[in-house]
Parts: sequence; structure tokens; C-alpha cells
Amino acid sequence: MVIENYPISTSTPTDMSPSAPTISATHLDVGHGVHSVVRDISLQVHAGELVVLIGTNGSGKSTLLKTMAGMLPPLHGDIAVLERRPGSAPRRVAYLPQHPVSSHTLPLRARDIVAMGRYAHLGLFRRATGTDRSIVREAMQRTGAVEFENQPLRELSGGQQQRTHLAQVLARQAEVLLLDEPTAGLDLSGKRAVADVIASERARGVTVVLATHDLHDAESATAVMLLAQRVVAYGPPAQALSDANVRECFGFTQPH
Amino acid sequence: MTTSLALLNPLWEPFSRNEFLRNALLGSTLVAIICAIAGTYVVLRGLSFIGDALAHGVIPGIAIALLFGVPGVVGAALGALVMMGGVSLVTSRVRLSSDTAIGLLFVGMLSLGVIITSRSTSFVGDITRILFGELLGVSSTDLAWQVVVLAVVAAIAVVAHRPFVLMSLDDGLARTSGFSVRFFHSLMLTMVAVAVVGSFQLVGTLLVLGLLIAPAATGALLTRRVSTMMLTAAGFGVLSSYLGLLTSYHFDVAAGASIVFTSVYLFVLVAILTIPRRLRGHRELPHQHEHTH
Repeated sequence: MVIENYPISTSTPTDMSPSAPTISATHLDVGHGVHSVVRDISLQVHAGELVVLIGTNGSGKSTLLKTMAGMLPPLHGDIAVLERRPGSAPRRVAYLPQHPVSSHTLPLRARDIVAMGRYAHLGLFRRATGTDRSIVREAMQRTGAVEFENQPLRELSGGQQQRTHLAQVLARQAEVLLLDEPTAGLDLSGKRAVADVIASERARGVTVVLATHDLHDAESATAVMLLAQRVVAYGPPAQALSDANVRECFGFTQPH
Repeated sequence: MTTSLALLNPLWEPFSRNEFLRNALLGSTLVAIICAIAGTYVVLRGLSFIGDALAHGVIPGIAIALLFGVPGVVGAALGALVMMGGVSLVTSRVRLSSDTAIGLLFVGMLSLGVIITSRSTSFVGDITRILFGELLGVSSTDLAWQVVVLAVVAAIAVVAHRPFVLMSLDDGLARTSGFSVRFFHSLMLTMVAVAVVGSFQLVGTLLVLGLLIAPAATGALLTRRVSTMMLTAAGFGVLSSYLGLLTSYHFDVAAGASIVFTSVYLFVLVAILTIPRRLRGHRELPHQHEHTH
């Protein structure tokens, strides 16, 4: 019953022709207020593709991701997500913010946080149905968050919190996933779980944009964008991740 | 049987014998519930300081209103509006951290309130009334007003619960879920302002803050769900009202302050009692291994 409207093609049968990019930017400047962080970004991402944004802190990858999510207005140039203004399709685009490990006293259990992923669909008043609950449950199973579903957030380790937030993003059943450092704080098995989740989401036609400073996250990407307050390189991983580009992006060569 | 019950007399007799004390208990119970609802979101979102600012921001409004013979509530509402406008203006236009801006604004508003009331002949009486309320002079009209305020605050909580909870986790989460952060942030401030303005006549502007924060913070320590946090906060607020009034009656001390002091020491008590549990929770973390499917 969960799976019924799961393949994303059913939600927009007509306006998503296979050639229309899910995300397209031309000569885009992104930044905060009047200060641009990265200028002149052009990219096209199609359904099922994974684009990985790589850079150090302050390189502009989170800023670009926030612009795609509609949280920051584009400073110059054009950007469209699902052929619309970013942020205007909350049910179809899910965003994972960069979460600092929270030791805050928030009285929220892991399962409550995952259930918040349904709010975009439920709005202010609609009651969660059995379908919503099974979507939440399935999302928790996929990231492993089901094992600590009844524990409050404040008692979870950094990795467990990250699995919880990722499950929330999955519970949104969106067509576009914008993930800011989803593997931060995860051990190897956690990273593998994230990679599996991304692969299975892509297999059902979901577009994924992922910001990271870990080159390993780029292995299965369709395209990689190296950022250092400007676009250092953009292209297929083998091409973009040349030693020269990586050195320019990080200031040194990361061991592979 | 009768003798053992008689021993408990001091716990309920003050209320059965004195109508003013009954009204005080009813009034402070309503305030406690109002503050539990609003305070839960204030604590979740970390807005305690803004609550503080609002509580002080209303003082000059009340003072001006009293000077011109206008109901204090009208002045308080205007004061809250000015304060909310001031906070958002200063935080968006001036390059100061918001706590500096809010801190300056509320000290400014407080001193303005004192300046205005010092023009009045009954200065000390006025300022004491504003800061600490008149819990022992609660009329049935006051109680009716309290019910209206409770209805407004509860209605806002029902409408905005989801965006409020999303915002307590992350503003971006609320924004990308399709909720306007600007609108719901203003709505949350409005809710706090309504709670403060609606409660100051009973417990005073200074003390309403205690009931806004302390029971909700106690609830946060004891629960793992927002709904139970709110219920726990209401329970501790009502318990504080009762214990505070009882203390006030038997030891002849200020009523409003006794209630707020009770709510704060209950928080401290709970915080101390839950330390072992919280420490245990944190120690266990490194040992828990993570499985993947």
C-alpha cells in the first residue's frame, strides 16, 4: 500500500518530458544578501542523476544547495527546479540541512522527527493516515533509524541523529533530494547505508544533489562540481577529479 | 478519621474559606495553562530571551495607559507591538547579534516605564502592580478575560503546531516543507505577546516570564514528546500556583512571587534529580553500535 504512488512519474505524467532537466541553472550567482559566494554557475541535472558538490567549508556548496532549495534567492542569472522557481514545490523537493549534533533538550523521539517529513504533504491540519505511518516506518527501516525509534534525539549519537534526519528526508518521497553533508559523522557502515539509499532513490527516478567534502561520496556521481568560491571544475567524476583540480579545490591532494 | 483529615486542613481550608484566594487559584491556574502552551514553543525554539524582552517591553505601555486612565491591557498590547517591531527591525537592520539588540531594547523599555510611572503620585504602588501583579484582587471579569486569552493561545498552538515544531528543529526545514518562517515566527511572537499581555494583571510582567519558562523547561527535562512536555508543563505550573498560594497564605508573603519561585525551584529540583539519568544516557552512547540493513 505504501508503494502505490511511490514511482515519482505518476505525480507529473505530462510536464516531465524525459529531456527536461529537473534542475537547470544558467550564469547563476549564489550568495547571502548582496555578497556573492560563487559566480556564474551553469548546470543541468536530469531525473535519476546524482550531482556531487565538493569543496571545503565556505567554498559555496551549501550556499548553492540552499539556493536550489529556495532558501536563498539567486543573486544573478536563472535557476529552475522542476521547471519552477526554487522553493515553490515543497512536496516534490526535500532538503537535508547540515545538522550539528544536537544535545539540545528537544523532547522529540527519532520517530517523531522522521514523521515530520510528512508535514509538507499534510499541511497544517490534515491527519496522518496509515499510509503516512507506513511511509515513515519504511524510511526508518531503510536508514536503520528504526532501531532507536523511541529514543529522544538528545540521547542519540551523531551518526544516529544523521540516520534519523536522512529518514525524514526519505519520508518526504520527493522527486529531488538536496542533501547537505549527509555522510558527516557517519562510520563506514553508515556511509554505505547512505550510498545504498541514494542508489535506490536514483533507480526510481529521483534526482539527487549532494554537498560533501569527502571525495569518496563522488564515486557513483553522474557529475561532480568542485567549488572554491568559484567553479573549479564541473563534469563526470573521472574528468573533474583530476589531481590538479582537487589540489586547486582543497589546496592539497586528498589521498584516494 | 476526622482528626487525620483535620491535619490536612491547612492544605485546602485557605481556599474554601476565602473567595479571594479561590479566585487567585483559578486565575493563576489559567495563567499556568496559558504559559505552559506558549512556553513549550518558547523553550523548544530557544526564544526565552525574546519572551523576557516582551515581558519588559509592555511596561511603558502599561504605565502610559495608567497615566491617561486607559485600561492597562491596551497599553500592554501596544507596548508588545512596539517591542516586537523593534526587535525585528534592530535584528534585521543593525549589525548586532540579536541578544545584544534585545537586551538593549528591553532595558530601554524598562527604564522608560519607570520614568513614566515616576511622574505619577502613586509611583511605588503602580510599578509594583505592573511588575508583580495583583493576584489577590482577581475579579470574575479578570477570570473571564483569562479564558479568552487561553482560547486564543490554544487556537494559535493548534493551527501552527507543525511549523512551530519544524522551526524548533531547523528554520530551513520549515521553509522547505512549505511553511513561511517569517509568518510563523511572527505568529509565535504574537502568541507569546498575547500570553504576557493577558497574564500580567495577575502575576505581573516580571513574574509571567517565570511561569512561561520554568514549567516548560521542567517538562523538557522529563519527557520525550512535545505533547507530554506541554501537559507536564501545565501540571507543574498548576502545582506551583497551588503551592505558591499556600505558602503565601501561611507565611504571609507575596503571592505572585511565591508562585514563580515555586515553579523555579521545582525546575531546579527536577534538574538535579534527572542528572544521573542524563549522565547515564550520555555514557551509554559510545557503546551502542550502529547496525545497517
